[in-house]
Amino acid sequence: MNRATIDIWVGAFVAAGLAGLLFLALKVGNMASFSLDKTYDVQAKFANIGGLKPRAAIKSAGVVVGRVSNIQFDNDSYQAIVTFTLDSRYKFPKDTSAKILTSGLLGEQYVGLEAGGDQKLLAGGDSVRLTQSAVVLENLISQFLFNKAAEDKEAKDKK
Amino acid sequence: MAGLREPVQRLGHSMTERILRLGFASRFFAYMLLHSGTAFRRFHLTIREIYFAGVLSLIIILVSGMFVGMVLALQGYETLQRYGSSEALGILVALSLVRELGPVVAGLLFASRAGSAITAEIGLMKATEQIAAMEMMAVDPIARVVAPRFWAGVISMPLLAALFSAMGIFGGYLVGVQLIGVDEGAFWSQMQASVDVRNDILNGVIKSVVFGVAVTWIAVFEGYDAQPTAEGVSSATTRTVVTSSLAILALDFVLTALMFTGGTK
Repeated sequence: MNRATIDIWVGAFVAAGLAGLLFLALKVGNMASFSLDKTYDVQAKFANIGGLKPRAAIKSAGVVVGRVSNIQFDNDSYQAIVTFTLDSRYKFPKDTSAKILTSGLLGEQYVGLEAGGDQKLLAGGDSVRLTQSAVVLENLISQFLFNKAAEDKEAKDKK
Repeated sequence: MAGLREPVQRLGHSMTERILRLGFASRFFAYMLLHSGTAFRRFHLTIREIYFAGVLSLIIILVSGMFVGMVLALQGYETLQRYGSSEALGILVALSLVRELGPVVAGLLFASRAGSAITAEIGLMKATEQIAAMEMMAVDPIARVVAPRFWAGVISMPLLAALFSAMGIFGGYLVGVQLIGVDEGAFWSQMQASVDVRNDILNGVIKSVVFGVAVTWIAVFEGYDAQPTAEGVSSATTRTVVTSSLAILALDFVLTALMFTGGTK
C-alpha cells in the first residue's frame, strides 16, 4: 500500500477518534447540555436544600424551564441562596413559589415552580419569596417518633 | 539438607532472572524514549504504524463496543426497571463505558489485536536478522523500528477507547430507546446531568493513554527480547497478550482507586 493511501486512512482514523471524543464531551457529558439561548437569573432562599445540586432541573408543571446555576450559603440569614437560570421564553408571575422536590421516592432532587396570580412578572435579579425546603427524611422520622412518644406518654398519664 | 538446596537455588535463580529482565525492560523503555526523535522527525514511519495498529483494529473495536453497549442496556434495564428507575439507563451505560469498560475492553482488544502483531513482527525481524543487519548499517533499530511502533500505539489507544465508548453508548441507545422504549429525553438528559467532562471523560482518556503506554511497551519489549527462533517468537507473542492483559487489569484497579474514590471533587 502506498504512502498516500495510508495517510488518508490514518487521517480518517484520527478524525473519527476525535469525533468520538467530541461526541462524548458534548452529547454524553455536560459540556453543552441545555444551552439556553437567552436566560435570566432569579434567586431564592431556602431554609434547607437537602440534596439539591448545581445543574439540577427547574420544572414547572413537570416541564424543564431552567437549571440551578449556583448554590451559596448566606451567613446573615443562615439560609441557602439558590440561583435559578431560567429560559427567557418562560415568564413567571412575581408571587411564584419554589419547592424542592424529589423525583420518585429516592430519585434526584429538583426545583418545582408554581405560578401565582400576580400581574407583574419576575425579571432578572429578582428573588422568589415563597419557598419550601426539601423534605429531610431523618427529620420526618424523628418528628414521627417524638409524636408517637408524646402520645404514648399521654395515654399512660390518663390511666 | 542437600535435597532442599536445589529448589531454593532454582527459586533464587528465577527471581534474579525476573528482576534482571525488569531492569532490562526499564532501560529499554528509557532508551526508547530518548531515541524517539526519529519517530517524530520522520513522522510517516509512525503514521504507517498507526495504520497497522489503529486503523486495522477499528472494525473489532467498533463492533465490540456496539455489542457491549447493547448488552449493558439490556442487562441494566432488567435490574433498573425493578426499582422503577429505568430512566437511569443512560447514566448506567454511559458511566460504565466511559469510566471502565471503554478503556479496559478496548485495551484488552488492542493488546490481542495490535500488541501481538507488534511483538510477532519485531520478533520475526530479529529471527531473520534484519535487526542485526540494521545495526551493521549503523541504523539504530530502536529508533527506526521500535519507537515508531510505540508512539503509534500510544496515539491510537485513546482514540480507539473513545470510539469504543461512543459506539457503546450508541448501542445502548439503540437497545434502550429504540428497542425497549426508555424515554429518549430522559435517557440523554440524565446521562448528561451525571457524566462530568473532567471527572469521568477526562479520567477515562487518561486511563486509555496509560494502557496504551503499558501495552505497547510490553509488546515492543517482548518482540525485541524474543528468542530468535520460531518457537521463541510464538512464546513472546503469547507472553505479550497475557502480560499486557494482566497489566491493564492491575493498572485499572490502581487508577480507579486513585481517580474515583476518596472525595468527589
